[in-house]
Amino acid sequence: MSRKFFISLLVAVAGLAVQPVLAETPSQILTSMASSAKAVGGYKGFSAVSGEQFFKSKHGGELSCSACHTDNPAAMGKHVKTSKAIQPLAPSANAERFTDPTKVEKWFKRNCHDVLARVCTPQEKGDVLAYLLTVK
Amino acid sequence: MKLKFQNIFNMFAVALLLTGGMMSVAQAEHDDDDERIPVAKNALWQTECGSCHVAYPPRLLPAESWRAVMSGLDKHFGSDASLDTKAAKEIGTFLEKNAGSSRYQSSGKPDLRITETRWFLREHDKVADRVWKNPKVNSPANCAACHTQADSGNYSEHSIRIPK
Ligand code: HEC
Ligand code: HEC
Ligand code: HEC
Repeated sequence: MSRKFFISLLVAVAGLAVQPVLAETPSQILTSMASSAKAVGGYKGFSAVSGEQFFKSKHGGELSCSACHTDNPAAMGKHVKTSKAIQPLAPSANAERFTDPTKVEKWFKRNCHDVLARVCTPQEKGDVLAYLLTVK
Repeated sequence: MKLKFQNIFNMFAVALLLTGGMMSVAQAEHDDDDERIPVAKNALWQTECGSCHVAYPPRLLPAESWRAVMSGLDKHFGSDASLDTKAAKEIGTFLEKNAGSSRYQSSGKPDLRITETRWFLREHDKVADRVWKNPKVNSPANCAACHTQADSGNYSEHSIRIPK
């Protein structure tokens, strides 16, 4: 077996192995949030208007989502506590956003905990993403 | 040449995948380059611990401190920085392996903050009060405000610039 062929074979196998973690698109992620919302019950479609309201309000605590991501999710953000720059959250301004479902869930869990002291519902997550997708 | 490098890289990636290896590429390189690159690196640590602030150098706290930091990530200095157990284990191991000596410790209880260690206070005792109070600094933990290369783990005196 030639070395080159062997390498190609390895690469092909790697391709197969990688498949399940292939990147998704924001609209695929939105679709799976819709299925989760339906499973919970009471799903009435996602609303960008509700999402924007949710994103910009403090929910009775000290922080809003926009405290770090700013009122314009297409702009650079800044971490309120550490001052570290945060890349834009809107997919129109940052192609890496909402392409990795595990990363999306990890940050919703953390940030909802910090802002609302609880997890966000699938409806709330979908509304936020619907809003972010309207930001140009 | 470029193609060849790509192939070697692919082979390496495959090897990692096939063995289900958890060791990152950067970590593997580090083992070979110990002499030339004194800064310990691990790709997962860099991403996970570098997303809210610079990834603080492991050598600036002793192993007991890192163990304490890693066991309270869900309530991490007022933020939820929780990780799944697999990632937490890899990062914890990396931090403890590259931890500093206990001279980075100020009392019996493990310090959670680098900025509260005796070492840090002594190293920074010439920094004026008004500099710490500058809103551009905001917190002593904001290393990058003064150490312009902190992102890449370089804290050398040549890259310090005090914000005006
Ligand atoms: C205290 C600062 C802070 C607050 C408040 C905050 N975030 Fe974040 N958020 C971050 C940081 C830091 C990241 C990760 C850094 C990065 O990926 O650039 C992040 C990442 C995210 C991501 C990951 C997106 C992706 O695909 O990369 C989502 C989703 C998100 N935030 C949503 C929210 C929502 C919704 C709220 C309000 C409930 C919120 N954030 C509040 C700091 C914050
Ligand atoms: C979700 C955001 C977030 C993530 C992720 C995160 N941190 Fe932090 N970290 C913070 C905040 C906020 C502070 C407090 C900063 C301040 O006081 O200025 C902090 C402070 C620290 C400090 C103390 C700094 C000092 O000397 O004052 C250490 C050490 C630390 N983090 C280690 C880690 C490690 C290790 C990881 C990865 C496992 C990590 N952090 C991930 C938010 C985060
Ligand atoms: C307000 C500015 C400022 C901040 C913030 C700051 N430093 Fe420093 N740091 C300095 C100055 C100035 C020196 C040089 C002190 C001297 O030589 O007298 C220094 C020295 C150092 C040194 C020794 C460098 C050498 O080559 O001798 C290290 C390591 C270091 N700092 C790490 C950190 C870390 C880690 C943080 C964040 C947790 C941090 N610093 C935050 C200003 C700062």
